[in-house]
Amino acid sequence: MNNSVITVRNLVKKFGSFVANDNLNFEVYAGEIFGFLGANGAGKTTTIRILSGLSAPTSGEVIVAGINASKKPEEIKKQIGYMSQKFSLYEDLTVKENIMLYGGIYGMSKSLIKERTENLLEKLNFRDYGNKLIADLPLGLRQKLAFSIAVFHEPKIVFLDEPTGGVDPITRRQFWEMIYETASRGITVFVTTHYMDEAEYCDRISIMSEAKIVALDTPENLKKLYNAATVEDVFIKIARPN
Amino acid sequence: MRTILYLIRKEFLQIFRNKFISRAMFAVPIAQMLLLVPAVTFEIKNVRLCIIDNDLTSESRGLISKLEGSTFFKVTFSTFSENEANNLLHKNKFDLILNIPSGFGKNLGTGKTGKLMASVDAINASSAQLTWAYLSGVIRDYNRNILTKNINTIPVNLVPQIIITNRFWYNEMLNYNHYMLPGVLTLLVTVVGFLLAGLNMVREKEMGTIEQLNVTPVRKYQLIIAKMVPFLLIGLIDLSIGLIIGKLVFNIPFVGSITLLFVCSFIFLIAVLGLALFISTFSGSQQQFMFIAFFCMIIFMLMSGLFTPYESMPNWAQIFNMINPVAYLMKINRMVMLKGSTIHDISREIISLIVIAVCSTSLAVRRYRKTA
Repeated sequence: MNNSVITVRNLVKKFGSFVANDNLNFEVYAGEIFGFLGANGAGKTTTIRILSGLSAPTSGEVIVAGINASKKPEEIKKQIGYMSQKFSLYEDLTVKENIMLYGGIYGMSKSLIKERTENLLEKLNFRDYGNKLIADLPLGLRQKLAFSIAVFHEPKIVFLDEPTGGVDPITRRQFWEMIYETASRGITVFVTTHYMDEAEYCDRISIMSEAKIVALDTPENLKKLYNAATVEDVFIKIARPN
Repeated sequence: MRTILYLIRKEFLQIFRNKFISRAMFAVPIAQMLLLVPAVTFEIKNVRLCIIDNDLTSESRGLISKLEGSTFFKVTFSTFSENEANNLLHKNKFDLILNIPSGFGKNLGTGKTGKLMASVDAINASSAQLTWAYLSGVIRDYNRNILTKNINTIPVNLVPQIIITNRFWYNEMLNYNHYMLPGVLTLLVTVVGFLLAGLNMVREKEMGTIEQLNVTPVRKYQLIIAKMVPFLLIGLIDLSIGLIIGKLVFNIPFVGSITLLFVCSFIFLIAVLGLALFISTFSGSQQQFMFIAFFCMIIFMLMSGLFTPYESMPNWAQIFNMINPVAYLMKINRMVMLKGSTIHDISREIISLIVIAVCSTSLAVRRYRKTA
């Protein structure tokens, strides 16, 4: 388990005088589901954008899949999948056209794209939706599809930024089954969320507050440490100490 | 290369799925040609003329009937009061006052000089000058008639005269449609190139879809090229539509090589597309983009020599036009279509366009940020 795919040392990110990430240090191990928690504005999205090469760190060392993020962000992009809180598939393209586009960008062959598309639609019970525009799909289905496309090219790591925001409980449950299935294939999952029940599903979680990481361990250990029944209680004790 | 094809395919799918844009792209050139070509003209017809005839002789009436007989002038008012005439000119009731003082006919009859006064509304300086030129043409003509009529009674000692016969090359009938059409074609291609691609790029920023592309290993130049190619093709299709309308509706003589025209428009489109995409890299919203793009477009178009020959612009303006792609295409279109200029005649313009195209496209690629 100690084979780390993400190493962050003394990461600082400033926007002008505002410090979004204040000296972060953590590691993520291969194949684990790593939960990245924190209140709104704690700096989670900033970190996830740096890890996925969308944003450059101000200082510190960030190694993702063995590649230095400040030096070769484009190399990292070949190794990862990314799904942001802002829904970002093309609404005016169909399900298949979206899959085809991203498969093509990652350099997959046409036959491989076709084959995996069939499997994917089968697995998601999406048969009838293949030629529908994304705009016509309900939110839950869109989010599942966005996740499936983020891991379509079999990346080493997938970053999920609040993937289940606004999604109903049943779809959320299905979504997490997909995350488990993905992790079982050896893909590391880095996920931010506001749902504390989801945090319980993670192998390890870190909690951010005011640009710093204030706790990092397995959910069980954190509950013991803070003498709390649930992760939610842990979170509240940390975020609101009084 | 394959990546670019996937991206281009996506752009086309999106463009043609948007019913409004895909129809407007073809309606715009048709409307623009049909409206602008016949409407924008420098020809002056029906200048409204006010006559103050204080003379009332056969000579003054002869001059008036000569003016009425020309297609340029229409006598809309006659009065004996200079004040009234001036007031009405002030109210824009007519464009020109011709004052024939009493004694005009008598002077001519006795071999003295006849005097006239013309007051022209010069709010539009160039049309005032044209009006004046027409008027003096008519009067000169009338003058010559008097000279020949009186040649026996008055000893005009046959002053030798130089007579000029002129021919207007490349547009013999001085048909303004012929002059305007290549210009309007240039505008057409400019608008397509400038607005559509840039807006498309900024829209992806607004929607957030660009971020999903930025997180893939796609290269910056691939993104830029994929955004250019569809609009490059649309621009050339619009150009073809414009040319067909020019031939069918306005019967424009097309003297030069069509291929050359298309090659030049192709290079030109790369130049403006690059510029528009460059602007889109620092525009956060479609509103910001439109504001900057419109500013650039208006300056480029008005300085390009569409209405005013750019040879007569001040020096600094001509220097500016060295980086104005619209000015080059304006010149090229007119030279190739009306004059039949070949690649040798316009090599300087073509090379300049290539330089602008390379610069603007590399600026767009360089300025595009995949990692902020």
